[in-house]
Amino acid sequence: MTPAERFRSVWRDPAGYGRSVKQETGRSILGFFCSYAPVELIYAAGILPLRLFGTRGEISLADTHLQSYCCSLVRGGLEDALKGNLDFLDGAVFPHTCDSIQRLSDIWRLNAGFAHHFDAVLPVKLNTQSARQYMIDVLSGFCRELETAFGKQIRDADINAAICAYNQIRKQLKAVYALRSQKPGLFEPSAVHWIMTAAMVMEPAAFLRDITAFLDQIGSSAGDAPQTGRKRLMLAGGICTHPDVYDLLARAGADVVWDDLCTGARYFEGTIAEDAKDPLAAVADRYLSRSVCPAKHADITARGRHLVDAAREQGVDGVVFLQLKFCDPHAFDYPYLKQFLDSAQIPSLLIEIEDQPPPGEQLLTRLETFVDML
Amino acid sequence: MADNQKKHDPAKKAPKIQAVSRMKEIMTNYYIDAKTAREQGKKVAWITSGGPVEPLIAMDVIPVYPENHGAMIGASKMGAQLCEKAEEMGYSRDLCSYARADIADSVEKTGPIGGLPEPDMLVCCNNICGTVLKWYETAARYFNVPLFILDTPFVHREFSDSARKYVLSQIYEYIGFLETHCGTKMDYDRMEEVGRLSVEGTGLWQAVLDTCAHRPAPMTAFDAFFHLALIVTLRGTQTAVDYYRQLHDELNQRIANGVSMVPDEKYRLLWDNLPVWYKTRWLSEKFAAHDAALVADTYTSAWSGMLPDMNGQTFLEAMAETYTKVYINISIDMMFDIVANMIEKYHVDGMVMHSNRSCKPYSLGQYDLRQMIMDRLGVPTLIIEADMVDERAFSESQIDTRIDAFMETLKS
Repeated sequence: MTPAERFRSVWRDPAGYGRSVKQETGRSILGFFCSYAPVELIYAAGILPLRLFGTRGEISLADTHLQSYCCSLVRGGLEDALKGNLDFLDGAVFPHTCDSIQRLSDIWRLNAGFAHHFDAVLPVKLNTQSARQYMIDVLSGFCRELETAFGKQIRDADINAAICAYNQIRKQLKAVYALRSQKPGLFEPSAVHWIMTAAMVMEPAAFLRDITAFLDQIGSSAGDAPQTGRKRLMLAGGICTHPDVYDLLARAGADVVWDDLCTGARYFEGTIAEDAKDPLAAVADRYLSRSVCPAKHADITARGRHLVDAAREQGVDGVVFLQLKFCDPHAFDYPYLKQFLDSAQIPSLLIEIEDQPPPGEQLLTRLETFVDML
Repeated sequence: MADNQKKHDPAKKAPKIQAVSRMKEIMTNYYIDAKTAREQGKKVAWITSGGPVEPLIAMDVIPVYPENHGAMIGASKMGAQLCEKAEEMGYSRDLCSYARADIADSVEKTGPIGGLPEPDMLVCCNNICGTVLKWYETAARYFNVPLFILDTPFVHREFSDSARKYVLSQIYEYIGFLETHCGTKMDYDRMEEVGRLSVEGTGLWQAVLDTCAHRPAPMTAFDAFFHLALIVTLRGTQTAVDYYRQLHDELNQRIANGVSMVPDEKYRLLWDNLPVWYKTRWLSEKFAAHDAALVADTYTSAWSGMLPDMNGQTFLEAMAETYTKVYINISIDMMFDIVANMIEKYHVDGMVMHSNRSCKPYSLGQYDLRQMIMDRLGVPTLIIEADMVDERAFSESQIDTRIDAFMETLKS
C-alpha cells in the first residue's frame, strides 16, 4: 500500500485501523474528540491516542440518551460507542470542550462500558497566569491518572520524546498544507482531508514514516504540476464531517487551499518547546498560544483577525464556513467572523451540515453560484 | 379536555400571595435605578445569573442580568419576534433563546423595558453554561467594554484542589478587575457584610422553597419562578433578606390557615429545567386542573444550592466552591443525588422534565437522569420538548395530550 492509499484506507475505516493495531500489538488505545486532548501525554504513557469523528451510519441507540438538538458529532460518537464499533478502545479522554461534549462525557462514562474514563477539565480561559497554572495542574493530574490506570510511570523523558514525535508530525502537516496552497493541482480534492484524518488516528511513528515518504514523492513531481487557474478557497469551522464538499467544490471550479478547522490547520499550529525542563508547561504553552477554539476564551477578536490574516496570507478568493448544526460555540462566532471577512472584502458562504449531508446537487448549485460570483 | 379533568373554577382559586405587589415594587425600583445609573454616577455591570454578584454589591456597582431580561422577554411573549431578529443578524435558530433575544434587543431596544441599561463592564461566570461565554464575548465586542470571565471548572466527579486554587485566585482577579474599572478599592469589611446578607438571603430563599414540603403546598414552582427574581438580582442586599422574610412569614401563615395554591392538591410534581416563560400560566392551570401541584423544581433551588459551607472560611473563600458546584455544573450522577433528595423531601409523586432546546448543559443528560429516577426510585417522569423563550418551539396540543396521558398513569 502506498502512503496515499494508506491515508485513504485509514480515513475510510478508522475503527478498522484501531482494531488492527489492537490485534497486532495488544497496545492500549484511548479515544478523544477534541484537539485539546493532550496526545503527547497519552503517547508518552505508551498508549495510542485515536481521534473519534462520530459515526457515518444511522443513529438509533444514541437517541435514547441524547435529544435531537444535540450535534451529530456527539450523537454519532455515542452511537459508535454503544454499538460496539469502538470495541478496540480501552477508554476515552474528555478534555473540557463545550456544553454537549461535557454531558457526553457523563453519558459515555455511565453507559459505554469501557475500562477507563478520563476527564481532563482544562481551563476555558486561556489568557491568564492562573489559567496557565491550572492547566499545568490538570495535565499533571492527568499523567498521574494514566499512570494509575495503566501501571506505567510517565517520565519527563517519555513526554519529551512524545513532544518531538508530534512536533515532527506537525511540521510535516504544515509542509503538506504549504505545498497544497502553492500547487493545489498536485492533490486530489480530498487528499489532504484523508491525510489529516490519518494523522489523528494512526500510530504516530508509522504516520510520520508515511507522511515523510508521501512528501518526498509528491515533492519531486511538484515542478510538473500545472497551475490550475481555479478559484482559491479556505474552509472555516470545527470539523469537516462531510468531505464530499471538497469534490463538489472541485466540480464547482475551486480548490480548497487552506482551512481554519479543528481537524485541519488548528491541529498542527504551534510547536512545543523540545527538551524543556518542565515538559507539561511546554505542552500547556502551545494550547495557550495557538489559535483558539471558540469554546475557549482568549482575546475576543483573535479568531476574526486570525481568519482574515490566514485568508490574506494564502491569497484566497473566498471562505466557506462549514457549520455543524447545533454547534453553539461556532454558531455564536459566525456573525462576527463574517463581519470581519466583509470588512476585509473577502466573500464568504455559510453551509450548515446536519447528520446527513445535504443533497449533492443542491449543494453543488450553491457552491457553483458562490464560486462564479468570486 | 379529559372527562375527569376539572373545568377551571375561578371561585375555587387560592388567595393570591400578598408579597407579589411588594416584589413588583422592588423590581420596578431596581430597574429604574439601573436605567438611571449614569445620572447617579454609578456603574452598571452585566452579570450571568449564576455569577458571584456579591463583590459588585460591595463595590456599589449595579448588577444587571441579561438572563432575567430574557425571562421577561419570554413572559411578555416577545421571544419569537426578537429571536427572529437575531436570526436575521446571522445567529442560528439553534442557539440559546435568552442570548438571541437579548442580543437582538441590544440593537432593537423594542423589548419589554426598551432595552437593558448599557453595561460599563461585563462579568461572566461559566458555571451555568458555555453559552454565556460566547454571549458575553458578543456583548463585549458590541458595547466595547471590559469583560471578566470567572472560569469554574465542571465537576464530573470531584471538585479538585487545583480547581479550588484556580477559582479562588480568579475571585481575587475579579476584585482587581472591579477596582481597576471602578477606580476605587474594595472595602473588605463591607464585602464580608454583603456576604453575610447573601448567606442570610439564600437561607431564607431555601426556607421559602421548603414551605412546599408541607402537604398541601402553600405555593407552587410557578410562584417560585416569579419570586426567584430577587435572589438572582439582589442577593447580598438587605432588601432581598427583608423580602424573603416577609414572603416566608406569609407562606407559613397560609400553611397555618390551610391555604394551598392548588385547591384540591392530590399529586405532587417536581419540575426540572428552566420555566417555559411564555406558558407558565397555561401550564400552571393545566396541572391544577389535574389536582397536581408542582411543589419543587431543580431550577429555583439552584440558588439555594449556593448556600456556602462557611466552615471557618471567609465569604470569598467559601465562594470558590459554592459557585463551582452549582446544580448544572456537576455530572448527571451528582444531579441524580440532588433530585433524589428533593423527591423525598417534597414527597414527590412524579417528575416533569422540560427538555429545553435552548439549554444544552441542563437538557442533555435528562434522558439518563429520567432512567435513573424511574429505575432507582420508581418515580414516573414526563419529558416535554419546548424552549424557555422561543414560543415557536412549543406545540400546545401535543404537550396538552402528553400531560393528560402522564396524569392518567399517575392516577391509576
